[in-house]
Amino acid sequence: MATPPLVAEQATQPSQGPSAIALEFENISIAFEERQILDSISFQLRHGETKAIFGIAGSGKSTILKLALGLMKPDSGRIRLLGEEITEMSEDQLFVLRQRVGIVFQESALFDSLTVRENVAFRLLEEAQLPENEVEDRVREALSFVELENKVDLYPSELSGGMRRRVGIARTIITHPEVVLYDSPTGGLDPVTSNTIIELLVKQRDVYKTSSLLVTHRLQDAFTMGTHYFDKAENKMKPLPPHSRAIVPMYFLILRDAHIIFDGDLESLRATRDEYIREYIS
Amino acid sequence: MELISPTDFAKQKIQSVQEYAAIAFQAVANLFSRPRYFGDMVQQADLIGVGSLPIVMLTGFFTGAALAQNSASTLQRFGSLSLIGQLVSLGMVRELGPVITGLMVAGRNASGMASEIGSMVVTEQIDAMRALGTDPMRKLVTPRVASTVFMLVFLTIISDALGFAGGGWVSSALFGVDSHQYWSTAWQILVFQDIFMGLVKPLLFGFIISTVGCYYGITARGGTQGVGRATTQAVVASSILIITIDFFVTRLSMTIFGQ
Repeated sequence: MATPPLVAEQATQPSQGPSAIALEFENISIAFEERQILDSISFQLRHGETKAIFGIAGSGKSTILKLALGLMKPDSGRIRLLGEEITEMSEDQLFVLRQRVGIVFQESALFDSLTVRENVAFRLLEEAQLPENEVEDRVREALSFVELENKVDLYPSELSGGMRRRVGIARTIITHPEVVLYDSPTGGLDPVTSNTIIELLVKQRDVYKTSSLLVTHRLQDAFTMGTHYFDKAENKMKPLPPHSRAIVPMYFLILRDAHIIFDGDLESLRATRDEYIREYIS
Repeated sequence: MELISPTDFAKQKIQSVQEYAAIAFQAVANLFSRPRYFGDMVQQADLIGVGSLPIVMLTGFFTGAALAQNSASTLQRFGSLSLIGQLVSLGMVRELGPVITGLMVAGRNASGMASEIGSMVVTEQIDAMRALGTDPMRKLVTPRVASTVFMLVFLTIISDALGFAGGGWVSSALFGVDSHQYWSTAWQILVFQDIFMGLVKPLLFGFIISTVGCYYGITARGGTQGVGRATTQAVVASSILIITIDFFVTRLSMTIFGQ
């Protein structure tokens, strides 16, 4: 049987120092029209980790992703992305940094006037440094990762909701970003399609060791990610062996009333005595 | 409907003007640094220029024809029908050619720009573009501004020419004016000031149409209803600005060059 990606010791004792941190929020606050969305929140995402963010609708989950990418500026606090302080960066500087980061939007946000091929290749074509055949190979590779290589010539409107999400993932991972931000990638999808997408996220985490923030309403998706690993040999997601000490780098962050009320791993989440959290996860 | 205080209303309007000025300035400034999207400029030139050709030709021709018809009935009373070529020529080149073409392109393209960019805003495509490391101002706004300014000049020249032809057709077919006389008087009356005024106006109108269309698109909020509102506002604002600017450019030109 293939070995799960990380053992407990590795996961609980991550390498120290600033280079081990992919993303860091430090005392971030933001308000919209006098309503405080985030109030001095701080957390870290280490390299290779996936952190699922939970919270009720309007609790600021998607705002965290937009702040992390510099699409929004916080009212106060500092954000470090891949070792660089982004809160004071100009938009031109951010464009360069964003080439190392990917985001999958809630509604996919595919360019509707471009085909699947052009959508997935968008970033490569913008950089305009690769020969055409290499772009084509990379597009095929990214689409085969999401198992949609036969849909290259279709337009987004001709795809199902689940397919659009998968194309969104392919567009994001084509340049192998160091950090990927997922905004409700399974929202509104049926359980089978959701599972396919979660398997892709686990594959991205365990095969490519990508650091990720995952915003989701579906607790079961994040729990699946915390209890499964990707078996590269069999090319599928498998549950962790029962009673083993093996774990995967999966962490959880819960927002309530503009504050973080939980930030930890699956075991800590299951062991928590906080009534709100227990009710939330039950 | 929620009431708004006069101070807040004034602040909102000033902020809108400030945002518009920033977008218009950035659209031009982007031309002087990389990356430049020549492919998108050519595509937009085709959509705006070639795509608008049929309506510009038709409106130009019939505007010239209507101008000749109206002028002829007045000139006949004074026995000066031979001057009809001059009237059509001056009217088309200085005023009607640029304004009618500007209004036609505003109706067709300012609305198109506002709805296209507005739809991209409300479906997060603009955020996706920024997230993918591409500046939407460079990729979407600058090509549209450059192409509209460039193509509107040529569309206006075509409209003027078709207006001459329409005027000529009415003059000779309905009023019996010798076509050679019509064309020679129409041509001879034109001086540098007329050509200058006729070509400066489309430059300004093209800039207004594209920047106003893009501004309303980028600032669109509130889903499909918001996009619809942005589209309407883009056409209304660009049409009003074209007619207002036209008056001031005409006045300025007459002040500089004399009557």
